[in-house]
Amino acid sequence: MTDKTMTADEVVARLWSGMTLGIGGWGSRRKPMALVRALLRSPVTDLTVISCGGPDVGLLAAAGRIARLVTPFVTLDSIPLEPRYRAARERGSFALTEIDEAMFLWGLHAAANRLPFLPVRAGIGSDVMRVNPELRTVVSPYADGEEFVAAPALRMDAALVHLNRADRLGNAQYLGPDPYFDDLFCEAADAAYVSCERLVDGFAGAVPQTLLVSRVSVTGVVETPNGAHFTSCAPDHGRDEIFQTMYATTPWEEFAERFLHGDEESYQEAVQIWHEERS
Amino acid sequence: MTVVTRAEYCVIACAEAWRDNGEVLASPMGPIPSLGARLARLTFSPDLLLTDGEALLVDADGGLEGWLPYRRHLTMVTGGRRHVMMGASQLDRHGNQNISCIGPWEQPARQLLGVRGAPSNTLNNPVSYWIPRHSPRVFVERVDMVCGVGYDRAAAAGPSATRFHRIPRVVSDLGVFDFDTPDRSMRLVSLHPGVTVARVREATGFELTAGADTPFTRPPTATELRLIRETLDPDGVRDRHVGAA
Repeated sequence: MTDKTMTADEVVARLWSGMTLGIGGWGSRRKPMALVRALLRSPVTDLTVISCGGPDVGLLAAAGRIARLVTPFVTLDSIPLEPRYRAARERGSFALTEIDEAMFLWGLHAAANRLPFLPVRAGIGSDVMRVNPELRTVVSPYADGEEFVAAPALRMDAALVHLNRADRLGNAQYLGPDPYFDDLFCEAADAAYVSCERLVDGFAGAVPQTLLVSRVSVTGVVETPNGAHFTSCAPDHGRDEIFQTMYATTPWEEFAERFLHGDEESYQEAVQIWHEERS
Repeated sequence: MTVVTRAEYCVIACAEAWRDNGEVLASPMGPIPSLGARLARLTFSPDLLLTDGEALLVDADGGLEGWLPYRRHLTMVTGGRRHVMMGASQLDRHGNQNISCIGPWEQPARQLLGVRGAPSNTLNNPVSYWIPRHSPRVFVERVDMVCGVGYDRAAAAGPSATRFHRIPRVVSDLGVFDFDTPDRSMRLVSLHPGVTVARVREATGFELTAGADTPFTRPPTATELRLIRETLDPDGVRDRHVGAA
């Protein structure tokens, strides 16, 4: 059996500038933040990012790594608007493909199923059609004759996701209330990298429905405890709300200087020190 | 019983959006619609489904009754067994809604959330809106980016857009509105007590249909008032989420 374990830096060494990169999680929930931080340490740039956006998008946008973003929204959840993303958009820093959530979900399904598109009853009538002039509609060949948007497949070169547990082969488990779309991201990508809170020797005794990601769609596995920080990763840890608030309100250079200059270990250490200073 | 506050009228007006909806998911976005949905569930619409705001369906006491992660929530949208009450940064006279950005989309003056699920919501299940601070900045002649589809845009897009399209009501801190006019433009349905038609017109950036004898929003019953004040919102969170009258 193939042992797929690797480090976050080894994952990033397999990424390249100009690629299309999917990022799992949702808003400020179970984002593969340690992998995003590793990406920030690398020279990889000019990315097309596909994400239900949260601080993953904020960090990459602030660091100027995004050429195009494909998303239905960007939010920090408890802070509705992502300030780094907003600032970058208001500077006109990158191109945007803004699509509806259903178009996003069915775009992932289309990619995972090797279909060019799937029809959705969403988009027509809205300005999603105006801002994405490449979008096309399809007419039902049946008696109803209805017109739908052909949500294009969101095929990606690589996907990054974070789950609660994984084995060395790439099987991965979520333990929180929501799988988000992480399995679909892995299936829609040519290569998928799963970071996890804890590596396990197998899933004997696990509730089988929690085994979200199959090794067949996984290229690499990284153990990164607290690797979703500062987003939530229930039930291992909740969102670090006060840290997120600090992230959202501290000037970018200052935040990057203090937290993003070193490796993941020094990030986690800097976070701990920041919390100790506050108490 | 003490005087009913503006926030309490808003909660009642939001709750009324889900009257006679039967067994559908009530999806309130924001604290006032949430209080309204839970009040409706506890009183006149007991079959409503509610979530915990994340992936769980919960009963009136917050007890678990089902699982609704995002991917299944989207099927609830397209399956139509849902009535959402969304917010709006801009809303126009035909009910087009914007939560994406202010100014030119290519490089906005203010980037907001993004379209989220507004395009599919509006084409698939009833969508009402809650506006906590009624002003000409929100109620505009034309929105900068159509996220939620209004009646004119749905009609222009054809039968597959209009098939399930419906905007039952808009609730603001000043009154209740709908689109039950010949040209499907916004109409004042009721004023919250203390508000005048002139005040609403002044706060609305487009021509609003309003009768001379507009009624007032109904007051809560004694039971409803007790539920709001003692059961649902004993800390008075509602008062912090309604614009100053």
